[in-house]
This record gives sequence, C-alpha cells and structure tokens, in this order.
Amino acid sequence: MTVQPLIHARGLVKRFGDFTAVAGIDLDVAPGEAFGFLGPNGAGKSSTMRMIGCVSTPTEGTLSILGMDPVRDGVKIRARLGVCPQLDNLDPDLTVAENLTTYARYFGLPRAEGRRRAAELLEFVQLSDRAESKVDPLSGGMKRRLTIARAMVNQPDLVLLDEPTTGLDPQARHLLWERLFRLKQQGVTLVLTTHYMDEAEQLCDRLVVMDAGRIVAEGSPRSLIETHSTREVVELRYGDTPLESLRGKLDGVGERIDVLPDRILLYADDGDAAVAEVHRRDLAPSSVLVRRSSLEDVFLNLTGRTLVD
Amino acid sequence: MATAMVATLERELVLYRRLWKASALSSFLLPLLFVLSIGVGVGRYVDANGGLGGVDYLSYIAPGVLVTTAFQIAVGESTYPVLGGFKWVRSYHAMRAAPVAPRDMVGGHLLFLAFRALLATIAFLIVVGFFGAIHSWLTVLTLPIAALLAVASAAPVTAFAATIENDNYFAILFRFGLIPATLFSGVFFDVNQLPLWIRPLAWVSPLWHAVVLSRSAMLGQAPHPGASAGWNAVFIAGHVAYLGVWAVVGVLLAVWRFTKRLQD
Repeated sequence: MTVQPLIHARGLVKRFGDFTAVAGIDLDVAPGEAFGFLGPNGAGKSSTMRMIGCVSTPTEGTLSILGMDPVRDGVKIRARLGVCPQLDNLDPDLTVAENLTTYARYFGLPRAEGRRRAAELLEFVQLSDRAESKVDPLSGGMKRRLTIARAMVNQPDLVLLDEPTTGLDPQARHLLWERLFRLKQQGVTLVLTTHYMDEAEQLCDRLVVMDAGRIVAEGSPRSLIETHSTREVVELRYGDTPLESLRGKLDGVGERIDVLPDRILLYADDGDAAVAEVHRRDLAPSSVLVRRSSLEDVFLNLTGRTLVD
Repeated sequence: MATAMVATLERELVLYRRLWKASALSSFLLPLLFVLSIGVGVGRYVDANGGLGGVDYLSYIAPGVLVTTAFQIAVGESTYPVLGGFKWVRSYHAMRAAPVAPRDMVGGHLLFLAFRALLATIAFLIVVGFFGAIHSWLTVLTLPIAALLAVASAAPVTAFAATIENDNYFAILFRFGLIPATLFSGVFFDVNQLPLWIRPLAWVSPLWHAVVLSRSAMLGQAPHPGASAGWNAVFIAGHVAYLGVWAVVGVLLAVWRFTKRLQD
C-alpha cells in the first residue's frame, strides 16, 4: 500500500488574466518529506505555494491537500497548515509572545494552551529572552524565526515556507536552517521555495526546478546534479585575455564548456584530467579551481544565465 | 458565534490594551471639551433666548455629540487600520493563512468598534451627567444606539478601505463624508432649520437617525414631538431599521471586499 501524499497535483495551472504564472505542473509530496521549489524570480514558485496554502484558487487542474479539496475545504486544510510567508506579517504593536498567543486563538486553542505553546516555541527558536519585547526592534533573522514559531503554533502536519532565508545574514540563515532541520527530524513535512542552491541542498530531500511556470527537473539534490551536470567543474581564469577566443581551443575538454564574462567553466567527471588536458594544449590559466558540481550548476544549466527580474 | 471571530476580536482588544491611552484623548476628551465649550459657551446665548427644544443647550447637544463620538471612532478606526491590515501590517493576510474566514475578520473588527462605542458612551454619560444633561432613565438606550450606529457607519467604510489601494481616498471620505455628516446631522441644531433642499443630506446620513434616537432617549421625549404617539413609534422603528439596513448592507459589502482582496 502506498502512503497517501499530503500534496497531490496534476496539471495545475494558475493564470492571472493573460499571464500564466503556473503552466501545468504535477506534484506529489509524501508525509515527512522536505520538498523544495527552486527557481528564479517569476518562475511560479510563490503562486504554487499560495494555491497549496488555499489562498489562491487553481485556474485548471486537480489539487488535493491532506486529501481534501482546497476550494471546498480551505478552512479545514488551513487549520492543519503552518505558513511562513515571504513578506513578514507579524503584528508590530504586539509583543513577541502575544504574536504567538493571539495567533494560537485563530486556531481555536484555549488561552492556557496558547501560552504554553508560545513559551515552548520561543524556546525552540531561541527568542525566550525577547518574549516581552515588541516586534519592531527585532532583527530580520529574529522576525523570521518568530514567524516560523508562529507557523508551528497549531502543530501543523505541513509547513509551507516561502523563501525563508531571503534577506538574512549568514549567521541568521545557518541558525534558521538548523532549526528547520530539527523540525524535519521531528517528522514535520516541509515545503519550501528558494532561489538559494545551498539552502535547497541543505534542507531538501527532493526538489523541483521551476522555470517560466513549468517544472523543468525533479529529483534529490544529488540525483539532479548527476543527471544535469557532471561530477566535477573546473573554473579557469585567464586574467584579461578575451575568453570567447579560447572556446574553440578548449573544444573537447570535458563534456561541456560554459564561457562566462570572467571565467570559463569546464564540466567534466574527472576535473584533474581536464586540467591536465588544458595544460597539454598550452592553455595554462592564471588560476584554476576544481570543485564538486553543485546544484547551482544544474540550476544555471536548466534555467539559463539570463537575468530574470 | 464563530470562535475565529472571537479570536480576531481578542486581537483587537489586546492591541487596544496597549494603545488605549492615546485613543482616550480623541475619543473622550475632545468630545467632552466640545460639549463644554459649545454647550456652556454658546449655550449661554441660546439659553438666554429660551433654550432649544424645550431644554438647555448643553442638554440639547450632549446626545448628539455622544453618538457623533461613536460615529467618528467607528469611521476613523475603519480607515487606516483596515487598509493597513491589507497593505502595511498585513494582519489580514496572516489571519487568512490560518483558518479565519473573511466574515470572521469583518465580524471581529465590527464587534470591537461596537465595544469601543460602548466604552466611549459610558465615559461620556458619566461626565455629562454631572452637568445635568441626563433627563431620563431611557438614557441607557444610548448604549445600543451608539453600538448600532458604530456598526452601521463602520461596515461600509470597512468595505471601502478594503477596496482602495491608496490612502488618499480617506481625505475625500473625511472631507465629503465625515465632516458634513457631523455638521448637518442635527447635532447642534434642528435639521428643520436647514433649507428644505439640504435636509435630505441629513436624512440619508446614519448619524442623523442616531442623533434623533439618542436625543429622544436622553431627554425622555418623543423623537418628533409634533406627531402622535403611534406615529412616533413608527418613526422610532424607522430610524432603527434605517441604521439596521446600513449595518447589514455594509457587512455584506465588507465581507465581499475582504474575500475579493484575500483570494486570487
């Protein structure tokens, strides 16, 4: 018997007038999974998240969340979701603790239970000492942690995180990842969107890469790298030499060549062998770096290098 | 009553516990100064000419200023706070992500304003009582009148605030809605003294209907002394029904606009 997916979508479409934000996607997210939507701005990640969060009606296709229909049972589904939106919407005039206790009441929790959970969650996101502080003076990272605590107040079956670490400094991001990783260990199903590759690699068991409203690749971070990139990448720099002129001379080294404004990327399964071949052709670079292929290589390969804003 | 609606009311109350001191000034002290300066100051001239409606001028305007206070709290608190709930604080979006329906948001907001109107009414009555402005036990009826007026005037403004994108529209609402309503709703003089062609402005304003009811309750007089008791009963029912229609239509509009704005 297969486990019933928490999220099940087939041919899901979202249109706003003439603009198609989501152009027919299929999804299945299993309980306990950490699932990621990776993609550039405007790829349709947030629109998909809003449909999953039952605040946006699908234009076409089927969607079921926790086995229910989001249009008919929106309220029932939302009672079991935790949502961390892209834009903070904490109550700035309430204290940190009051933000959690008032939110707990939206889910019909008794006041005492709300206070107990607020204390517990503040402990979890390391904000206990700020419980009586107003929200405004908190740092971006603290606010985001508070929003995540708020999303957990109803002990949700499914937590939706829309770009959870955008705009945070590295320390704040790492603390947040560590907390999210602990949630995952506790068996909470996480669905997140991100355009940070390291975030996706750190947190997601499985992810889809979205571009222009479609899913262009799907799999674990490891399998995506194996499928859409080589095992290693060689980065070559040549000082001021025009790089385009080297493209032909490097032909055949590695599986694929990408010429960037400041460096050349060689995709190869054996990076050191590729470097040796470059030297054999008398094309010694001013600097060389052999690294493991990352999700970023997959992402750029799939969604192109054109800036999407 | 839906628990989610109570929850949104509770949020407003928690916020109010923090902010009430600032609002006490505008919702209580200012109307009081109004009553004292105009009631006592202007009243001296009016009363020298025999008062208005058979009573001293302070007693004449106190019931009107009372409901005007409820009206201004209701309208004022349904402008920036509601638009801010969509645009700046985004508290309605936060509620929307939880199992809170638009009708719960609108309901909690209006219940809170009814509560604010009751608070302001009680404080106001205590003070004007000392100035002899309470002439009847029926004055207790000003409580439901103020609460009903608060909902009747707040609901459509809430719908309006949930529709607009830009807070400049509020300046129009204040200039062409709130201020004329305050001036032409029979608070300071009988609307029958206005030229006939202006009077309909008073009749359409929910404030005028509440002023008539409130004055009738506080003075213990029939609202339209020229008419028979039977007709007065009809008039009272009519005034209440008119406010009720504003409340019901306003709530329907507000829930519709909230739903539109929160769902795409």
